[in-house]
Amino acid sequence: MKCIIIDDEAAARAIIAHLCDQVDNLEVVEEFPNALQAIKFLNKNQVDVIFLDIHMPDFTGFDFIDTIKNPPKIVLTTSDENFAITAFEYDCIVDYLVKPLSLPRFLKSIQKVENFVPSATSNQEETANPSTQESSQKELYVNIDRRLIKIEFEKIFLIEAKGDYILIKTEDKNYTVHSTLKKIEDKLPESLFLKVHRSYIINFKKIIDIEDNSILIAQDVIPISRANRPLLMKKLNLL
Amino acid sequence: MIQPSLTYIEELADGNEAFKAKLIEIVKQELPEEIELYYKHVEAQLYSEAAKDVHKLKHKISILGLEKEYHLAVAYEEALREDHCDGKIQFEDILSAMSLFVKSI
Repeated sequence: MKCIIIDDEAAARAIIAHLCDQVDNLEVVEEFPNALQAIKFLNKNQVDVIFLDIHMPDFTGFDFIDTIKNPPKIVLTTSDENFAITAFEYDCIVDYLVKPLSLPRFLKSIQKVENFVPSATSNQEETANPSTQESSQKELYVNIDRRLIKIEFEKIFLIEAKGDYILIKTEDKNYTVHSTLKKIEDKLPESLFLKVHRSYIINFKKIIDIEDNSILIAQDVIPISRANRPLLMKKLNLL
Repeated sequence: MIQPSLTYIEELADGNEAFKAKLIEIVKQELPEEIELYYKHVEAQLYSEAAKDVHKLKHKISILGLEKEYHLAVAYEEALREDHCDGKIQFEDILSAMSLFVKSI
């Protein structure tokens, strides 16, 4: 799902963007400090969801909703609890988050949005995850110093984001590749790999043990983010 | 005693030091600007404008973990909307404590 954030407070925008970062299929395409800039953007671009502050100078969140044609789903983010009743007069508003925002409450809100935008979610899963169509493939080729090097999926321990690079740790050796975690995630089979943290994808067949919020794989202790922990637990064959 | 903290920011960051540093930097930049605007409006007795400033400052109060003080700010914002300034002294004590804390981090 694609989203935008509209809030006149930079701290609020940073917090919402950070929370969006914890959700796998949610991409923040733009952030706006006022509603007018967002309206211009929406004249040319489509999004699935808008995180919208109510109290902004000149143009409030409700003014904004009244202005745009065919609004996408909207999650209000506000320090004011007094507008909840007004909010639910709008069909496009799916949730009302009161600041300060927390991850658990934010994730609940995303679930609500996904219930309202089922086609967007399932389409994305189909297109953004070619790995589901490529389950017969057993390896990946990476470009290192103009050579295409074959890496077998089963030999990969984990992949770590390192700025503009990723570090692929395998049974044989480690490879530093100019790529992003998102790009490689799309190429990996879901039956073996899982993103457990914004900076780590693991081969969960290689897990030695899990303790609280960390996983031991080979020699590495990998953090598990709270958002990804439920999915990991679902994938494990727990006794 | 008003004791701001980084508890909320740290919980939100969940070990992401880059995000923690970014959010602190934003708070350090935005808070003095918001406080300055609030004093400008309240001194000019532009209470409805000051109420908007308090509204925005409420978020900073909660970001800095001041739960009890947040409720004082809610009441003060309401007072300003009703064109009086009951709770001004207590609210401005909160601002002072936050300013000192933000300068210290």
